[in-house]
Amino acid sequence: MSLPRENPGTTRDHVTSGTSPLRQAWGRLRRKKIAMATLSIIVVIYAIGVFAKPVSTHSYSRTDLSRTQEGPSADHIFGTDRLGRDIFTRVVWGIQTTVILTVIAVGTGGIVLGVTLGLVAGYFGGKTDALIMRFGEVVAAFPSILLVILIAATLRPRIVGWTRDFEDWSNFPDWSPVGGLVESGFVDYFVVTIALLPFAWFGMMRLVRGQVLGIRNADYIEAARAIGVSTPRLLFSHILPNVTGTIIVTASFSMGAIAGSELILSFLGIGVQPPRPSLGFMISDVSGRGSAVVSVMQNHPEQLLAPIIVIWLLIFAWSLFGDALNDVFNPRTR
Amino acid sequence: MLAYIVRRLLWTPVLLLAVSAIVFALGHYGPGDPVEIQLGQHYTEEQADRLRESRGLNDPIYEQYGRYVWNAIQGDFGESFKFQGRDVAELLGPKLKVSAQLFLAASVITIGLGVPLGFYTALKQGTWLDPAIVSGSLALNAMPVFLTAPFLIMFFAIKLEWIPVAGWGGFFDTRIILPALTIGLPGVAVFTRIMRSSTLDVLGEDYVRTARAKGVHEFVVNYRHVARIALIPILTLVGFSLSGLLGGALIVELIYGVPGVGRFTLDSLFARDFPVIMAVSLIGAASLVIANLVVDILYSVVDPRIRYQ
Repeated sequence: MSLPRENPGTTRDHVTSGTSPLRQAWGRLRRKKIAMATLSIIVVIYAIGVFAKPVSTHSYSRTDLSRTQEGPSADHIFGTDRLGRDIFTRVVWGIQTTVILTVIAVGTGGIVLGVTLGLVAGYFGGKTDALIMRFGEVVAAFPSILLVILIAATLRPRIVGWTRDFEDWSNFPDWSPVGGLVESGFVDYFVVTIALLPFAWFGMMRLVRGQVLGIRNADYIEAARAIGVSTPRLLFSHILPNVTGTIIVTASFSMGAIAGSELILSFLGIGVQPPRPSLGFMISDVSGRGSAVVSVMQNHPEQLLAPIIVIWLLIFAWSLFGDALNDVFNPRTR
Repeated sequence: MLAYIVRRLLWTPVLLLAVSAIVFALGHYGPGDPVEIQLGQHYTEEQADRLRESRGLNDPIYEQYGRYVWNAIQGDFGESFKFQGRDVAELLGPKLKVSAQLFLAASVITIGLGVPLGFYTALKQGTWLDPAIVSGSLALNAMPVFLTAPFLIMFFAIKLEWIPVAGWGGFFDTRIILPALTIGLPGVAVFTRIMRSSTLDVLGEDYVRTARAKGVHEFVVNYRHVARIALIPILTLVGFSLSGLLGGALIVELIYGVPGVGRFTLDSLFARDFPVIMAVSLIGAASLVIANLVVDILYSVVDPRIRYQ
C-alpha cells in the first residue's frame, strides 16, 4: 500500500528513489496543512500530559474552601471547582491520565495484540484464523462500550484485592521507588487498560489480517520461504513492513476512540480513581453525574468547558489526522 | 448463498452462548454478594442460607449457568436482585420499548442527514464545501455528549422554548427530539464519509459517463444511476451503527432523564443487579448479531454480484 506514487507534475516532490516508504509517506504528509495542524494539536496536548508536573500551577488535590467556585482569574486561569481546587491544574493532570491510557491501550491492545494476531490469522489461515476470528466476533457482539464497562466494574475490586494481598506479602511499598501499587494509581491504569483491551484489538486484527491475506502468496514471500527464512522472521521482517501503513492509520483512529471510551469510564466512576484527576471524572463531579449539566453550563461554564473542550479537540484532531494519514498511505481510497 | 445463511444462523446461538458465558463469569466472580444485595447489611446466617438454597446459589457454577441458559431460552431471565420478586423480563420490557423508540428516532437522524450530506459533498468534490462538510461532521462526531446535550438543551429548550427540557412522552412527543439528536448527530460523520467515497467511486464508472454522453438529464444520472448503486455500502453500516447507538444511549438517557435501557443498565450495574445486566447484554448482543445477519443477506439481494462462500 505504501508504494511511492508517481507524481511527475509537481516539482516540489521530494520523493526520490532510495528513500524508505515511511519517509516518502512523511514527505507527502508534511505537505498537508490539515495533517500538520492536527499533528501540532496532538503534540501539544500530549506534551502537556507528559509534562503535567511543570505545566500545572497548583496541586491537583489541594482544596481551598475559602476560594470555591471562583471564575477565571490571574491566579486560577480556569477558576476553581466547588472544593476550591484549581481547574487548570486538574485538567492538565487529567490530560496525563488520558495520555497514559491511550498510549498503553493502543500500544498493547492495538499494536502488540492486534497486529500479532492479525499477522498470524492472515498468514496461517485455516483453523488458527477461524479461532481468532470467532473469538473476535464474540467480543464484537457486545454492544460497544458495554463490555468495557462490565469488565471495569467487575474486575476492579478483584484486582485491587489481589494487589493488596501481594503488597502485604511482599512489603512492596517499602522498597519500591513509586510507593504502593494501589496508592500510586498503578492498579487503576492496569484495570482500565484490561477493560479497554477487548475494544482495542479486534479492529486492528481484522484490518491487518485482510492485508496479510492479500500478500501472503506474493512472489517475494514465496522466495523468502524457499530459501528457508523462519516463520517469525517471515512474519515480522517480510510481511509486517508491508502493512505498516494500515497499522499507523488504524492506530491513529483508535487513539481517539480509546480517549472517548476512557472518558465514559471515568465519567461513570469506574476509570482511574480520585484523587488522581481524569477528565471524565471532572465532568461527572461538576455536573452531578450529568443531571445538572445545563445549570453548570449556565452558571460556571468554565468548569465544564475546560475538560470537555480539551477532550473534544483531542478526539477531533486524532480523527482528522487519521484521515490525512489514510490519504497518504492508501491514495486510492481518497 | 443458502449454505452461508444456514451457517450464520447456526453460529448465532453459539455466539450468544459465549456472550452469556462471559457475562455470567464476570458476574459470578465479580464483587457483590447477591445475598447482601437482597438482604442488606443485617441478616442472620439462616436467612442467607434459605435464600442461597432457594436461588440455587449453592450449586456448582456450571449448574447455575446451565439453568440460567435453559430458562433464558424460554424467555425467563430470572428475578432481579434489587427489585425483589420482579422478573427481569417484566422490568426490562417497558424500558426496551422506550429505548427502541429512541434508537429509531436517532437512526432516522443519523441516516437521514448523513446519506444526503455524503452524496452532496461527493457531487461538490473540489469546491470548498467538500472539506467543510467533511470536517464539520467529524467535529460533531468527536464532540462528547456532555457538550452536545447542554448546548442543544440551552438552545432549543431554554432560549427558543420549543421543546421541554427533559422527560419522556413516547415517539410522537417533542421531548424525543433532543436525546435523539444527541445520540444521532455523532454518527452522521460516518455515513457522510462512506456515502461520499462510495458516490465518488460510482461517479467514475464507465456507465455513468455513458449515460452522461447519451445526454441523460443530470438529475436522472445522479439519482437513478449513481445514488442507487452508491447506497449499497451504506447497508453494512446500518448494522454496525446500531452498536454505537447503544453505547451513546447509556449517558444520553442519564442526562435527559429518559426511562430507557441505558439508564436502567447503569443503575443495575452499580446495584450489582447481575440478572438485569446479563439480560441486557444478551438482548443487546442478540439484536446486534441478528441485525448484522439481516444486513448481510440484504446486501447480496441488493447487489447480485456479491456471493458469500
